[in-house]
Amino acid sequence: MIAQIIFFLILVGAIALFVYHVRLLRKTILLGRDEPVEGRKAERWRQMLRVAVFQQRMMDRPVAAIAHWAIYVGFLVINVEVTEIIADGLIGGHRLLAPLLGPLYSLITTGAEVFMALVFVAAVVFLWRRNVAKLPRFHTAEMRGWPPLDANIILWTEIVLVVALLIMNAADQALQQKAIYPSVGTFPVSQAFVSFFVPLSEGTLIFIERTAWWVHILGILAFLNYIPFSKHLHIFLAFPNTYYAPLRPVGEIPSLPQVTAVVKEALGLPQEGEAASSETPSTLGAKDVTDLSWKNLLDAYTCTECGRCTSVCPANLTGKKLSPRKILMDTRDRLEEIKKHLHKNGRWTPDGKALLGDYITPEELWACTTCNACVRACPVLINPVSIIVQLREYLVMEASQAPETLNAAFVNMENNGSPWAFPSADRAKWAENLIQA
Amino acid sequence: MAGKTLAAWSVAGEKPEILYWVGCAASFDDRAQRVARAFVKLLDAAGVRWGILGAEETCTGDPAKRAGNDFLFQMLALQNIQTLQAYEVQEIVASCPHCFNTLKNEYPQLGGHFRVWHHSQYLVHLIETGRLHLPAEGGVEGGTVFHDPCYLGRANDEYEAPRRLLRQAGAKLQEAPRSRDFSFCCGAGGAQMFKEPEPGRKDVNIERTEELLSLSPKRIAVGCPFCMTMITDGVKHAGKQGEVQVQDIAEILAERLGL
Repeated sequence: MIAQIIFFLILVGAIALFVYHVRLLRKTILLGRDEPVEGRKAERWRQMLRVAVFQQRMMDRPVAAIAHWAIYVGFLVINVEVTEIIADGLIGGHRLLAPLLGPLYSLITTGAEVFMALVFVAAVVFLWRRNVAKLPRFHTAEMRGWPPLDANIILWTEIVLVVALLIMNAADQALQQKAIYPSVGTFPVSQAFVSFFVPLSEGTLIFIERTAWWVHILGILAFLNYIPFSKHLHIFLAFPNTYYAPLRPVGEIPSLPQVTAVVKEALGLPQEGEAASSETPSTLGAKDVTDLSWKNLLDAYTCTECGRCTSVCPANLTGKKLSPRKILMDTRDRLEEIKKHLHKNGRWTPDGKALLGDYITPEELWACTTCNACVRACPVLINPVSIIVQLREYLVMEASQAPETLNAAFVNMENNGSPWAFPSADRAKWAENLIQA
Repeated sequence: MAGKTLAAWSVAGEKPEILYWVGCAASFDDRAQRVARAFVKLLDAAGVRWGILGAEETCTGDPAKRAGNDFLFQMLALQNIQTLQAYEVQEIVASCPHCFNTLKNEYPQLGGHFRVWHHSQYLVHLIETGRLHLPAEGGVEGGTVFHDPCYLGRANDEYEAPRRLLRQAGAKLQEAPRSRDFSFCCGAGGAQMFKEPEPGRKDVNIERTEELLSLSPKRIAVGCPFCMTMITDGVKHAGKQGEVQVQDIAEILAERLGL
């Protein structure tokens, strides 16, 4: 009974803590500029299904795709097992689903065991790629300190959780053989280790089985509360992020409505009804994360730092400072700083720091060719170019800090209608003998 | 010859089928001008009644927008839209993917709705509708590798039209290791064309050209005037200007037709 009460308190506490941090996260993301989501719900669901549920873009790199798929499906399958563990913990039962499901129960234990073994192998493969094979994209400049540690914590936690479950099942089978536990389930993986457990005494076996059970469930609850502070958030946010990802062509960059209003006035063009709404932000472009749209901020929290973006970035690959992954990581680091304020004070008051300058330098921004290779590479439809362009907009339109050569091109465009200093009267010269007067 | 400025078409009380949006590069850059001439010769060969804006055309604003100067972009865009609407333009073909993307995707936000083609798409259309005929026999010599422009490919999902044209011209197509949606930028997009590159190990165009040259092609085909400049420089940097030609798809087609 005491075990049940302790379990109940831990479970409720863990869930409450998780809910608190998820709400805080939501509040932080909603500090971003409002960006309406244009309908087309059916297309959005299909996009989410294709990209998040079926992980279409992961297949660009098959080894990672297969290992990732194993962990992903393993996670889904294990939820059945976790449901049982929670129910057992609350009512003090043991393998509660077994009598309810009858022969189906073996199917569940078999599935769980097979996928736990696959998760184990996949986690080892991922650890190997990161720490031994040292894939270049896991070792760029921004991948020092916390980010690689975060990745290794996730993978080792997965290994611990899987091993705990397999040990629990092996001890359970030894107890089943001794007719101490009821004989239920099929365990194709852990049965290989049962012979190690059979010689142990009943008390030792029960201790091992119970310890493994607690390690597994406490590990899961701890991991749940680790996720809001980790790149691992992608396991939840990949779904809303792919749903809300714009359906427009990646080459299309939205125009700023407040600029349209000013330019139309300057040109004496009629304004559209809603142009001068009070909702329009006064800052042109983005200086801090709160100037970016909420979707950009959701992107930042969805990023799992896989680095596919950076590994295809022409600027990064030729030694420029720009790394699209760092743009997202900086955005999140800045958001985390703001989130801490929200946690402490309940609301956000500017602290004098900003994403632009304190996290991201103009040199990084000016290295981007807006080629959208990073956008194409992202398995969860994050758009680094969108953030880069908004920060450039602030640099140019608010801070007047464009590179000199670009300023010259701007002047030419204003005066001659071309980035080069040629008179527009000469525009048709190339066609002199090819057009009729 | 069936080309006139829109002003001339208007004076004649007629309308062209299509407006050729020349773009700043093809208006002023010697090399890109040759592409524009090849393209309108193809239009003439297909009997298309085409128009240009001439002195009334200005930059679409693409480099300004991507450099973060939305004021300048919208200033240029709204004026261009006024001009286009005044001439009641319906269809536009652009030989620059940056112009193409801006006209197609960003002008509608500001009230400019047109049917916009990249010249590779329009040439495919002319062949499909039986207006442009390519000889069935023979072809261009040696391997040809097509360098996908970012703003035609990734930005607008068009990978087939240029390849189809090259195949129809009888070219032996080669594919770069990084091609189609994972093509590697020439280094000029996002207003880089008009600024010095940021400090780094290497210039983007050198990296890309080396990759293309690794296939030992006879010809590098491009579909963008900026790519043309960047890749041509890259070929010169590698000292291969005598062996490898950099040509726009329109030039390859025009050559094939003996225009």
